[in-house]
Amino acid sequence: MGDALAAYVAIARLWVRSSLEYPASFWAMTVGSLLSTGIDFVGIWVMFSHLTTYGGFDLRQMGFLYGTSQLAIGLADLVVGNVERIGMQIRLGRLDAMMSKPVPLLVQICADQFALRRIARIVQGGGVLIWAGWAVDWTPARAGVLVSMLACGGVIFFGLFVSFSCVQFWTADASEFSNAFTYGGASLLEYPLSVFPKQVALGLTFILPIAFANWYPSLFILGKHDTTGLPHWLELASPVAALVMILVTSTAWRFGVRHYTSTGS
Amino acid sequence: MSLIDVRDLARTFVVRRRNGALTRSRSEVRAVHDLTFSIGAGEMVGYIGPNGAGKSTTIKMLTGILVPSSGRLRVAELEPSRQRTELARRIGVVFGQRTTLWWDLPLRDSFELLQKIYRVDAARHRRNLEEYVELLDLGDLLDTPVRQLSLGQRMRGDITAALLHDPEILYLDEPTIGLDVISKGRLREFLRTLNAERGTTLMLTTHDLQDIEALCDRVIVIDHGTAVFDGPLGDLHHRGESRRTLVVDLVDEAPPIAVPGAETRKVEGPRQWLTFPAGASAAPIVAAVAASYDVADLSIQEPDIEDVIRQIYAGG
Amino acid sequence: MLYAAVAVRSFRRYSTYTAATLAGIFTNSVFGLIYSYAYIELWRAAPHAGGYTTTDAVTYVWLGQSMIMTVAMWSGGTTDDLNERIRTGDVSIDLYRPVPVLWWYYAGDLGRATYHFLTRGLAPSLIGLVLFHIRGPATPAAAVGFAASVFLAVTVSFAIRFLVATTAFWVLDSSGIRLMSAILSMALSGMVLPLNLVPGVAGTIVNALPWASYVQVPIDVYLGRHHGTDLLAALGFQALWAVVLLGLCGWVLERATAKVVVQGG
Repeated sequence: MGDALAAYVAIARLWVRSSLEYPASFWAMTVGSLLSTGIDFVGIWVMFSHLTTYGGFDLRQMGFLYGTSQLAIGLADLVVGNVERIGMQIRLGRLDAMMSKPVPLLVQICADQFALRRIARIVQGGGVLIWAGWAVDWTPARAGVLVSMLACGGVIFFGLFVSFSCVQFWTADASEFSNAFTYGGASLLEYPLSVFPKQVALGLTFILPIAFANWYPSLFILGKHDTTGLPHWLELASPVAALVMILVTSTAWRFGVRHYTSTGS
Repeated sequence: MSLIDVRDLARTFVVRRRNGALTRSRSEVRAVHDLTFSIGAGEMVGYIGPNGAGKSTTIKMLTGILVPSSGRLRVAELEPSRQRTELARRIGVVFGQRTTLWWDLPLRDSFELLQKIYRVDAARHRRNLEEYVELLDLGDLLDTPVRQLSLGQRMRGDITAALLHDPEILYLDEPTIGLDVISKGRLREFLRTLNAERGTTLMLTTHDLQDIEALCDRVIVIDHGTAVFDGPLGDLHHRGESRRTLVVDLVDEAPPIAVPGAETRKVEGPRQWLTFPAGASAAPIVAAVAASYDVADLSIQEPDIEDVIRQIYAGG
Repeated sequence: MLYAAVAVRSFRRYSTYTAATLAGIFTNSVFGLIYSYAYIELWRAAPHAGGYTTTDAVTYVWLGQSMIMTVAMWSGGTTDDLNERIRTGDVSIDLYRPVPVLWWYYAGDLGRATYHFLTRGLAPSLIGLVLFHIRGPATPAAAVGFAASVFLAVTVSFAIRFLVATTAFWVLDSSGIRLMSAILSMALSGMVLPLNLVPGVAGTIVNALPWASYVQVPIDVYLGRHHGTDLLAALGFQALWAVVLLGLCGWVLERATAKVVVQGG
């Protein structure tokens, strides 16, 4: 584990240095990422020129959901986002080259072309979260849940990125499929889960536990109550969801790699 | 004890083909079958065959990237597909057409990363780097970004990269492709030195038979998924009906030369190409030509190994 | 006819990526679903916002998803090929061809847009029709107008992407500029939220910019918000931008040709 992490850092560092060889591009892309990931919040802000509460949430509380959603996907995207490129790596034969190196394949794929500019989403989401957090009535318990939420949110999205990218071991050009779950999931979490039909809420709680990345812990922190009638302890269950996600992901990954090594295509 | 041990190795692929809008057919293709060979430590082996013969499938199985369908496979006493990471520390792989170096960064950075990836201790890394930089003449290039290197320089960089962790086996896939004659020569020279001094086992797939002639004591020819020849390079000539060529430059253009024991294959102006069995003596044929024609010049070409192999494919 | 052949070839080229198309349709549909519920809540809280009914709003969502790939919102299409050919220098071959470069790439992009409209445009709309009973075109005139408006939307988007691609003649790496262009398209097309919801002067400005032709205008035409001369004015707005921008493309190309000839490619 420690070795794998060290290898990840070493590879990622070279890619960062590589991208800094073209500083103008690097900064243009970073500023661009900052703007592009911020558009959605501008949308929410414009929305509030027509209303004062949305699904029972005021603008700052919406900012809280938005910020935590962006941080969850942002952390995962920065660290493992490149797993979406498996299909391309297979087509270019680079996966084979990686497999002949003594570093776990997942580490190599995720660290490959590591893009520091993706930190933009974290900065932007973090900024909104700080602004939104100003209005929260903080207690030690709420602060603790915030920390756990950020960690679990990152892990849950890490799982989404990796598991759904495994599909590319079967169909190499279906990289967009995973976007529905990763970016789609993050977009959904920008809104209160209560505006969606109950089936959606149940599905995102018990089948694909995305709701634990920000919705349930946010209810706890903001002192709100779920209108779907689900038990309150779910508000503190994010670590369980994250653990389940890790198990599912590692199974999916092993399954995918086994498929690749047994077909080679 | 052999370093690479392959017995009755087979690999089948399932191919699904679309026949129409809805119907699909499923067929099995045997990429490799009944493949048996063993390679001892320190050997230099050429692994050759036409495209699609099963070369890269074999290499993928030897490196653990692909699981065999059946048969036994041991490399350095490891089972490649199960112990891929462990094996990776003991082998080096070079793909001629793909670089694994960092495009925008100096060569030195790629080498430093490999030290971390293979966890080579600093002293050994420094020693190896110094030696290979010296042997491959990379000294002035260490601080040059890879994108500015020529193809030959980059290939030398890639080979160094594959060797820094002291692999026992080096797989080379088309190492000289696209290189000029001088670069090819230097590279072959280096590989010979590497084998002689370090005892590194070399397995080489290539379309350039000069690589094989310059480097390999032993050749394995694969066709349609199985070995059709395995032995010393010299023996290849005795297989099939290899022929030598007599190139005759006449003073004037003439109709095709007809002399007993030889066949005229090609006529181009005053130059004609005659072939005769490699085992036969050239003397009577040369005498017969000289007796009946005005000859300006003569030369004899040894059997082309490509021809020999082509005949093996055709016959095998 | 030559341009028709170019368009057909381009259509075929994109139609070979079946798995990618299916994955894309799936993703567009997931986003359609998310935004539909988000909009329903918005229009519940602020009925008639922007002059739309809830059904109008949901229809807006699904048509918006249809337009993303049709107008190549995130760049892509033949203009990406052009960008690459400028970077590698192959463009000099294009410049010496007896066919005008601009029309050559335009024809190819129309072929691509047709393919994307028929697959990634229509398929999600059908899902929207089944799940949310989205509206059909308001009147026969609105249907015809919509077709014309989509064509003009592709034309305006092509011209902008073409201009962005040609920046590669002058800057070494235009990926930053391309990202900025994608952000402007996303933010100012009405994709995130109908532009009619933007209040005050800002609303007037964004509705007058060329990007409004991408999503806002075609959907308003479809929903029958423009009648008679007003419909012609809406199409005229798009046509005006199309002519101005294509003219600009021609001028830029002339400058670029002069530059390539001087530098010898």
